[in-house]
Amino acid sequence: MNVVWFWALAAMLTAYAALDGYDLGVGSLHLWIAHGDTERRIALNAIGPLWNGNEVWLIASGGMLVVSFPKVYASGFSGFYLALIVALWLLVLRGISIEFRSQIDNPLWKALWDVSFWLGSWLLALLLGVALGNVVRGLPVGADGYFQGSFALLLNRYSLLVGILSVLVLVWHGANYLRLKTEDALLERAIHASARLWVTVVILTGLTTVATYFVRPDAAQKFISHPLALVFPAITLAGLVGGFFCRHANDRGAFRSSTLVIIGLMGSAAASIFPDLLTSTLNPAYSLSVYNAASSPHALRAAFIANAIGMVGVIAYSTYIHRKFHGKVRLGRHGY
Amino acid sequence: MSEAVFAHRVQFAFTVMFHYLFPILTMGLSFFIALLSTVHFVTGDKRYLAAARFWAKIFAINFAIGVVTGIPLEFEFGTNWSRFSSFGGGVFGQTLPMEGVYAFFLESGFLGLFIFGEERVPRVVHWLSSVGVAAGSLLSGYFIVAVDAWMQHPVGYELDPGGDVHLKSFWAVLLNPYAGWQYAHTINGALLAGAFVIGGVGAFYALSHRHRDFAELSLKMAVIAGLILSLTQAFPTGDLNSRNVVRYQPTKLATMEGLFRTEKGAPLAIIGMPDTENERLIDPIYVPRFLSFLAYGHFSATVEGLSIYPRELWPPVELTYYAYHIMVGLGTIFIAIMLAGVFLLWRRQLFENHWYLWILMLALPFPYIANEAGWVVAEVGRQPWLVYGLLKTANGTSTNVAAGETVFTTLGFAGIYAMLAILFLFLVGRVIHQGPEVENLSAVDPGR
Repeated sequence: MNVVWFWALAAMLTAYAALDGYDLGVGSLHLWIAHGDTERRIALNAIGPLWNGNEVWLIASGGMLVVSFPKVYASGFSGFYLALIVALWLLVLRGISIEFRSQIDNPLWKALWDVSFWLGSWLLALLLGVALGNVVRGLPVGADGYFQGSFALLLNRYSLLVGILSVLVLVWHGANYLRLKTEDALLERAIHASARLWVTVVILTGLTTVATYFVRPDAAQKFISHPLALVFPAITLAGLVGGFFCRHANDRGAFRSSTLVIIGLMGSAAASIFPDLLTSTLNPAYSLSVYNAASSPHALRAAFIANAIGMVGVIAYSTYIHRKFHGKVRLGRHGY
Repeated sequence: MSEAVFAHRVQFAFTVMFHYLFPILTMGLSFFIALLSTVHFVTGDKRYLAAARFWAKIFAINFAIGVVTGIPLEFEFGTNWSRFSSFGGGVFGQTLPMEGVYAFFLESGFLGLFIFGEERVPRVVHWLSSVGVAAGSLLSGYFIVAVDAWMQHPVGYELDPGGDVHLKSFWAVLLNPYAGWQYAHTINGALLAGAFVIGGVGAFYALSHRHRDFAELSLKMAVIAGLILSLTQAFPTGDLNSRNVVRYQPTKLATMEGLFRTEKGAPLAIIGMPDTENERLIDPIYVPRFLSFLAYGHFSATVEGLSIYPRELWPPVELTYYAYHIMVGLGTIFIAIMLAGVFLLWRRQLFENHWYLWILMLALPFPYIANEAGWVVAEVGRQPWLVYGLLKTANGTSTNVAAGETVFTTLGFAGIYAMLAILFLFLVGRVIHQGPEVENLSAVDPGR
C-alpha cells in the first residue's frame, strides 16, 4: 500500500503538471505572441473556464499527502515555508489578474493585469520546478525529520536548472495548447514559438539528465536494477521525437508530445527518488521514505478507498469540462 | 506562549476567518437555490428560475474566492503546523482531501451545468443540477467540520510509543459524536446568513423600487425561512452542540459563560465583563440557576467553574467570553427581526414598511459576525489544546519557521486578501446592480 500511494501521488502531481502546466504556459507566453486586445482575450479564453479546475489537482495532491505521508508533508512544507507561501500568493495573483482584466475597458488597466498574469505564471512554473529539483537532489533532513530551507540552499545550480527546464517545458506545452485553440496570425506565431521552444526543451532535458547523474548518482542504479522504470525516459524520448515531427503541422500531435514529455519527466523524477520521498543529504538513515514516513496501514487503506471513489468524479468532471470547451476559441459577450 | 506560536495562531486565525466569509454564503445560498429551482420545476413559474439564476451568479463568485482562499489553509497544516500534521495527519487527514475531491466536482460540475446548461439538458437534469450544487456544498462542510470535531474531541485513534496517533477506525472519525450537532449548528448558521443576504438584497430592491416581483419573493422567502432558522439556531442545534461542550470540554463551557467558581444551581450571565485577575465578572446581570438548567436540564445541577483547573489549562477568557456573548446576543436579535418580518408579512405590510426594510438591509453583515464569533468560541475556547487533551497548541507548530517569517507572510496575506475583498465586492456589486433577468418574468414556462 505504501508503494501504491507513492505512485498514486506521483500520478496526481503529474496530472497537475500536465493540466495546470498548459495554462501556466499560456500565461507565460501570451505577452509575447498574442498582439492586441482581441488576441490576448483569445489566449485567456482558451484557459479561462479551465484553470480553476486544473488547480484542484494540486489541492487534492496536498490533501492526499497529509493523510498518506504526514511526516513528509510536515517536513517538506515547513522546510519550503517561504517558497510555498510565495507560490500561494502567485496562485491568488493569477486568479485576480485573469478575473480583474476584463472588468474595466482601458488599455493601461488591461496591460497591468496582463503583466501580473504573465509574472505569476512563469514564476510559479519556475518555483515548482525548483522545488522538484530540490526533492530530486536531496535536502539536509536532520535526525528529527525536518530541515530549514533557506533561499541560498534552495536556489542551487541544479535546482535552478530544473526550474528553467520546468518553465521551458510548460511554455512549450502552453504553445502547443494555443495551437489547438487559436487560428490565423496567432496560430502562426504559436507554431513558430512551439518549434523554437522544442529546441530549448531538447537541450535542457539533455543537460538536466547529465546533471542528475552527478547530483544523484544512485538514480542511474535504480533504473538499472528496475528496468521497468526505463519506460519513463522512453516516454520522454517519444514525446521529444513526436514534437520534432509535429513542429510545423499536426497541432494535436504536438500537444500530445508535450504531454508525453511532462509524464516522462515527472515519472523519471519519481523513479529516481523511489522509495524516498525526501532524501537526506546528511545521512541516508534520516531520509523520509515510503516506509518510515507513512501513516498506519489501516489509514492508508481507508484513505485510498475514500479518495479513489472521489477521484472518479474529479476525472469525470475534468473530462466533461475539457470536452465542452473543445475546439477553437470563439469570443462572445461573456468571458475574459 | 512564545512569539512564534502566537504568530502562527494569528496567521491561521486571519486566513481561516477571511476564508470562512465565503463558504458561509455558498453553503447558505446553495439550499435556497435548490429550493427556488425545485419550486420552478414543480410549478413551471419562471420567476423562481430567474431568482435561482440570480443567486447562482453570486454563489459562483463566492465559490471561486472560497476555493482560492481555502488552498492556503490546507498548506498551513504543513507549513505552520508541521508537528500537528506529523502527529495526526493519518487520522485527521482522512476527511481533509475528501472535501476537496468530493465537493469540488459536485459543486463546480453541477454549477456549470445549472448556469450554462439550461438549453442543452432536459428540465429534470437542470433541476437536479441545482440539487447537486446544494449537496456538494453541504457535504463539503461536513468533511471540514469532521476535521475540527476530531480536534475538539479526538476519537478512532490509538497512541503509538513514539507519541503519534494512528487511525483505528475510519468510521469513528467520520461519524464523530461531536461532529453531528456541531455540523448542524454550523450549517444552520450558514443558512441563516443566506436568508439574511436574500432578505437584505430584497429589501434593497424594494427600497429602490426596482425588480418588484423579485424583491417580494426574496423578502417573503427570507423572513419565513429566517424565522425558522433563527429558532433552530438556538434550539435544538445550539443547545445540543453546547451539551457536547458540557460533556467533553468543561473548561470551554466555564470560559464561555464566565463561570469562575463551581456552583450548584449556577446562574446564567447575560451581561458582565470578566475580570480574570480576580476571577469574577464585573457588573453582571444574572438569570439565577439557568446555566445549570441549560447544561444539565435541571436547576440545581452543579456546573464546574474554571478555578478547579490550573491556570495553564484555561482558554483565553476574555476573547472566548465576549465572542460567545456576541454570538448569543446577535442570535437573539435575529429571532426578533425575523419574528417582526413574519408579523408584517401576515399583516400584509412587509413590502411597504420602510423602517423594517431598512433594518433588514442593514442587518446583512451581522449573521457573518455571529458565524465568525461562533467559530472563535469553538477554536479559542479549545485552547491551550490543539487536539483536546492530546496535543497542546504550542507543541503543534513548525519549529523551523521563525516568528518573523510568519509575521511577514501574514502581512503579505493581508495585502493580497485586501485585493480579493475589493474584487469580490466589485463583482457582487455588479451582479446586484444588474439585477435578476427580467425578460418573461411573469410568463409561465411554455414547456409545461
